[in-house]
Amino acid sequence: MVLITKAPDVFAVSDMSSCGTHNLGSAARIPIGEGRRFEIAGTSIAVFRNRQGRVYATQAECPHRAGPLADGLLGGEALICPLHNFRFDVGTGEPLGNDCPALRTYLVSLNEAGEILVAISGS
Amino acid sequence: MMNASKKQKLVVIGNGMAGARFVEEMVNLGGQDTYDIAVIGEESCGNYNRILLSGVLSGSHDPDDIFINPLEWYAENNVTLHSGVRAIGIDRKGKMAYGSGGLLLPYDKLVIATGSSAFVPPMDGLYDDDGDFKKGAFVFRTLDDCASIIQHAEGARRAAVIGGGLLGLEAARGLMNRGLEVDVVHLMGWLMDTQLDPLSGQLLQQSLEGLGVRFHLEKLTTAVLGDDRVTGLQFKDGDTLDCDLVVMSAGIRPNVDLARMAGLHVRRGILVNDGLTCRNDQDIHAIGECAEHRSQVYGLVAPLWEQARVLAERLTGRNAESAYAGSRVSTKLKVMGVELAVAGSKDPLDDDDEVVTYVEPNRNVYKKVIVRDGRVTGAILLGDGLTMPRILQAFDRGEALPENRSELLFPLPADAGPSLNVEDMPDDAQICNCNGVTKGRIIAAVDGGCRSLKAVCDATRAGTGCGSCKMQVQAVLELAANGLVADDPSAHYYVPGIPLTKPELVGAIKAMELRSVSRVFESLAGGREDAGSKLGLASLLRTIWGAEYEDERDARFINDRVHANIQNDGTFSVVPRIYGGITTPDQLRRIADAAEKYEARMVKITGGQRIDLLGIPKEHLPAVWQEVGMPSGHAYTKAFRTCKTCVGTEFCRFGVGDSTALGVQIEQRFQGIESPHKVKLAVSGCPRNCAESTTKDVGATAIEGGKWEVYIGGAAGSRVRKGDVLCITDSHDETVLMMGRFMQYYRENARYLERTYDFVERQGIERLRQILVEDGEGICDRLDRDMQAAVDAYQDPWLEADHPVHPNQFVTTPAELVEPATAAR
Repeated sequence: MVLITKAPDVFAVSDMSSCGTHNLGSAARIPIGEGRRFEIAGTSIAVFRNRQGRVYATQAECPHRAGPLADGLLGGEALICPLHNFRFDVGTGEPLGNDCPALRTYLVSLNEAGEILVAISGS
Repeated sequence: MMNASKKQKLVVIGNGMAGARFVEEMVNLGGQDTYDIAVIGEESCGNYNRILLSGVLSGSHDPDDIFINPLEWYAENNVTLHSGVRAIGIDRKGKMAYGSGGLLLPYDKLVIATGSSAFVPPMDGLYDDDGDFKKGAFVFRTLDDCASIIQHAEGARRAAVIGGGLLGLEAARGLMNRGLEVDVVHLMGWLMDTQLDPLSGQLLQQSLEGLGVRFHLEKLTTAVLGDDRVTGLQFKDGDTLDCDLVVMSAGIRPNVDLARMAGLHVRRGILVNDGLTCRNDQDIHAIGECAEHRSQVYGLVAPLWEQARVLAERLTGRNAESAYAGSRVSTKLKVMGVELAVAGSKDPLDDDDEVVTYVEPNRNVYKKVIVRDGRVTGAILLGDGLTMPRILQAFDRGEALPENRSELLFPLPADAGPSLNVEDMPDDAQICNCNGVTKGRIIAAVDGGCRSLKAVCDATRAGTGCGSCKMQVQAVLELAANGLVADDPSAHYYVPGIPLTKPELVGAIKAMELRSVSRVFESLAGGREDAGSKLGLASLLRTIWGAEYEDERDARFINDRVHANIQNDGTFSVVPRIYGGITTPDQLRRIADAAEKYEARMVKITGGQRIDLLGIPKEHLPAVWQEVGMPSGHAYTKAFRTCKTCVGTEFCRFGVGDSTALGVQIEQRFQGIESPHKVKLAVSGCPRNCAESTTKDVGATAIEGGKWEVYIGGAAGSRVRKGDVLCITDSHDETVLMMGRFMQYYRENARYLERTYDFVERQGIERLRQILVEDGEGICDRLDRDMQAAVDAYQDPWLEADHPVHPNQFVTTPAELVEPATAAR
């Protein structure tokens, strides 16, 4: 195992496609039931893989206090932000039981090889 | 899409407080997947809050304001309401319910919620020639009754209320507010005789007389006077009373005629078992004021709603085993502005019951608590709002009482803090100081449909920080809900996503051998994962299975996935283990080196006598741990944390015990063992208590003679509580043993996130001493063994720096380049 000893922004992916679908690699990169953050074409997103094997993508930080959503607790399609326990539906981005603004969501799917494909449009 | 014709038919007779609530619960629990629901309601309107009828009578509420479910609600939720229809028969063989006007409804399941009606005492001259009440005579039970009384009151001057019970007094208040002179006539020797004892009844009467009501006690009304309209009452003792309006409020009788005609077993109410099913018909259920359960017929809203919930859980299959075990009835009332709370029995039931009373006639204050086996079994509290919540809570939860009963009867210093008198607060007053939630916001949530403390807290976040404002939130809820406060059953579940209490859940987990969180969801929640339940389940499973627990990292909070405490900017803090707060120059050098090399943004001495490196990104955590070369200090998890010490006999000239050696021994033994909530420890070398052992979850204080006092349940956070002495020990080893025994008992029996100070209060120190010191249940050896097993199973989580559980365990952003899919194909 290679320990990564640099700040995350070093791994930001440069703008390779102004608009289109990006392959984030094997879904196994995200431990089951967890999320990880990806930097794609200047956009930060949080990608989740739940225990049912489905993948979801939302904006990376919560609208309330910029909480790192990829570090949240996922159950089914509900995500609990790690900082203040606000809940969101990762499928729709809608807040659950709170009046936070909704999360931006991105189209995401798995291909036959089990790789995560995300569509990032515009900025 | 389900074929409608395949659904079962559910018919509910009664659209009052119980029936309508039941239908609401059915809708909320997805009951319409299984049933087509039809309701027969005798009144021509939707469902309204009967408790507020007195508000309508007094003019403080508009009739339109008291509807809970207007007619539209039924249409919107696909519930067929036959309003203005009287149920007239049940054909159990043909499984058919009959209503007035030729209504005929086949059923698979029938729920009877016919409620009760006013009892009308036999009196001469009450009826006119048509068999109706004489003009000016009314009962007070429905919105229609209310409208008739209001209409008649406009031309009336002097009203009499027959019946000095709660409803009668409410009616009296309403009529006073409408400008009438009011006389209350009561058969018994004191007011509210079913709830109050003679003295409290007299004090209540004094309070109300001060408001201008006249009372006539021990009067049996024999006749209503007047030719075509009421002009007065005639009593058995020969006295008469002039009045031009009379409200009869002499009690209620369960409506059981329909059930009796159908051959169902009926005593005072319709007899039902714990499943709220009729004794002699499995497909017919009864709830509410018409039902009799374990010889009890309830007339308050809380038990009705509990019944509605249980029955809905059973019929929807959400929890087919759900059972109603009866209610502990306690209620807070405002009788004409006088605060009154009653709970359980009003008098001692046998000679062993202890009665504690305080009477202050000058202020009409009366407090009476009936204690059995150290617990409240009944209470009457008049004229003092401040101590009501605590006493009612002790009653509701069956908590052990303090030895000194006056602690219960009078406000504690802690009660003087946040005022529970929320009524006078402006709407912009901040109730929850953690999340900045105002009174107005809470009221808005209640108006929006939240009726339980949990629902209000979830919706507003009030009380979700340190939790110390929950009593105030509850007070605002009660103020705004107009008596419609519900007990959220999920508040009693161990975790919200699985409808089982802790003992039930533990039983199911053991019986089904469920060793992982995902297996629990599969087996006990129909496969529905609940994010909010994961942490509690993980904690429980680890305590139950120990080394056999199948750890799933997604069931851990981020802190426990990366063994550090997340900070407000998404970085983490690193707190190495410093046993007993005693460090070395070498350790300090390594900490300093790590802080420099990894650019800790702050280096802070913690309250637990350790050093905190703040502002460390997740990626750097393993390297920082390797650099400091010390084990994890567990400053992030729900576990036994650090043991604070003073220097004791090693250096202190006052020390009488070796507090540092004991502190190190304690911390080495219990480090990192998971528990329902965090546990803070301390050891002080003398009663001066410099390590603050008396306000820790578990503490020890040296006393002269080589002995130690072992304290449990102390707190110095959002709540301050001095711990209780569990026992006095003679040695370090004995101290460690007793601490471990308590901690294991706490691990097994506390609710998730219940701190020791709440747990110890809930269990009662006497009981804990009985179990843990005197071995009253014969479990001490077993507790000691299980704690030893937990100690043996402990592993320093920071070893995962060398052996991560997943290649990306400490990775925020996976490192490989992300390619556009088009380029990759």
